[in-house]
Amino acid sequence: MSVSEPNIRAWIGPGTPDAGEIHGDVQRWLGLREFFGNTQAKVGLTIITVMFLFCFAGPVFYHTNQTATHLLTLNLPPSAQHLLGTDSFGFDVIGRLMRGGQASFGLGFAVAGITTVVGTLYGAIAGIVGGVVDGFMMRIIDTFLAIPGLVLLLITVNIFTPTLLSVILILSVLSWLGVARLVRGEVLSLRTRDYVLAARTMGGGTGRIMWRHMVPNALGVIIVNATFSIADAITALATLSFLGLGMPPPYADWGTMLSNGLNDLFDGYWWEIYPPAILLILTIIGFSLIGDAVRDSLDVRLRRR
Amino acid sequence: MTAYLIRRIGQAVGVVIGVMILTFILIHMEPGSVARSILGIRATASRVAIFNATYGLDQPLYKQFWNYTDQVFHGNLGTSYYQQQPVSTLFAQRLPRDIFLLGTSTVIALVISVPMGVYQAVRRNGIADNLLTSTTFTLYTMPTFFFAMLLVSLFAVQLHWLPPEAPQTTSVAGMLADPKALLLPELTLVLTQIAGFSRYMRSSAIDTLAQEYLKVCRAKGLGERLVLWRHVLRNSFLPIVTIVGLSVPGLVGGAIIVEDIFNYQGMGLLFYQAALQHDFPILLGATLLGGVLTVIGNLAADIAYGILDPRVRYVGK
Repeated sequence: MSVSEPNIRAWIGPGTPDAGEIHGDVQRWLGLREFFGNTQAKVGLTIITVMFLFCFAGPVFYHTNQTATHLLTLNLPPSAQHLLGTDSFGFDVIGRLMRGGQASFGLGFAVAGITTVVGTLYGAIAGIVGGVVDGFMMRIIDTFLAIPGLVLLLITVNIFTPTLLSVILILSVLSWLGVARLVRGEVLSLRTRDYVLAARTMGGGTGRIMWRHMVPNALGVIIVNATFSIADAITALATLSFLGLGMPPPYADWGTMLSNGLNDLFDGYWWEIYPPAILLILTIIGFSLIGDAVRDSLDVRLRRR
Repeated sequence: MTAYLIRRIGQAVGVVIGVMILTFILIHMEPGSVARSILGIRATASRVAIFNATYGLDQPLYKQFWNYTDQVFHGNLGTSYYQQQPVSTLFAQRLPRDIFLLGTSTVIALVISVPMGVYQAVRRNGIADNLLTSTTFTLYTMPTFFFAMLLVSLFAVQLHWLPPEAPQTTSVAGMLADPKALLLPELTLVLTQIAGFSRYMRSSAIDTLAQEYLKVCRAKGLGERLVLWRHVLRNSFLPIVTIVGLSVPGLVGGAIIVEDIFNYQGMGLLFYQAALQHDFPILLGATLLGGVLTVIGNLAADIAYGILDPRVRYVGK
């Protein structure tokens, strides 16, 4: 993601005499430079890029059979043929890690995408409309949040047969609440800022204020939250798999692989446990580092200058 | 304050009723009949009919909900389909165990992570801070079940120092008689909670250290130790109060993973088994309890905030 010169200009826009706007954009641009200069961001982006290449480009170079298994190839230790051995179903572990990574990333991005869009819309509407509607919309969120997440997850997973789609939907339903609350709070605080008042005094309509002032300024909080929700979704699926409510065997993701491997923890099949665990933890660390870095680069107070 | 409390309690009642309706709808969305999953596939049609009539499952949904609510207000949470015991009896057995396990681990975690966060903030970006930050960060990102299994594998299977299972007695006093067996579940919970708390504590303490009133404290000749203990520590502790308040409903299901791994007979395990067995009364009772505890936890955190921070004043709208 590089920003070339013409893009920046398009971003800053023609020099319209709207002081608040330019100020906001310049800050955002500085935030971006801060972000790429941040060590955390560099480490996080490197980890995620390497993981991506491994999962999506890896299968092109490392061919394995991930559809048919042979009873004689269960739990084989690492060898020249299977560099990290085979798992308890007889699948090559490296090939499985690539496959599982695709699923984990897909799930993480899908859940983060759905929750961000739905949560932002819901929170923004509640914050802007205000009054009784806001009160009612927030009580709905309170109700969902009043049931511990894992408890709600256990009930819902029992109702729907786990498939990738249903798990994505369930995890989204459970995690949009936080975003909605956050965005509402942000909108409520932005509504009273001086530059919003200034824009209104200059004759800016509600739509303009929303799109040109509120959305860009709330974007930081939204992006930070989306980054963390990718990591959360991947962990949640792993936990479900461990409780035996994940997706059945032909399917693979790192969490499922890890919990299957843990069944053999005391048999010494380390190659079924540590590789998925390390990839899973590194990916979550990567996304968390990126999220932290985005937050730091947007928070003016924390800038080291 | 009173007006604020009344408004908050009014909201809370609404939330609890909402929780009941939501759970009721959710568990009745389950395909197939409950009677089949409880009685098994060989049950005769008449047995199924008797089961449904006994538990009122043959009535329309709104009527079932009304009956349930009616019973709840009379102090009856229903009878477990599987264990054939009143849900309230089961909760009364399990809840003290969770209060004990989660209470002690939370207190220990706080006692360690609060001073640790202040220390990290004071020695920011030093070797010790970097080491602690990366350790807690790794712990924070590690799935709890994996971490717990690693502890079992190390301390129970390889070193033979600690038993892999929590004490199996029903009473808290009985558990205390076997403290060695409590160590692993406690250790798992304490370490995972430290990972969560210290992150907040460190950034909160960094914020506090930048405050102007610390200059005043130092200017009037207060020793550095007093500044840290009395002013920094107390003021950085505030955000943690909210987090601890929010973790109160964790009593119902927050420790599911740890209870499952160490076979600790608490609320989490009870709920997990009930979810697998379609034991509706336990599921309903547990989410209801969770809702009530959430409301209490939030309220307690708000009130504690008002006591700890004199700037916070509540006004009824």
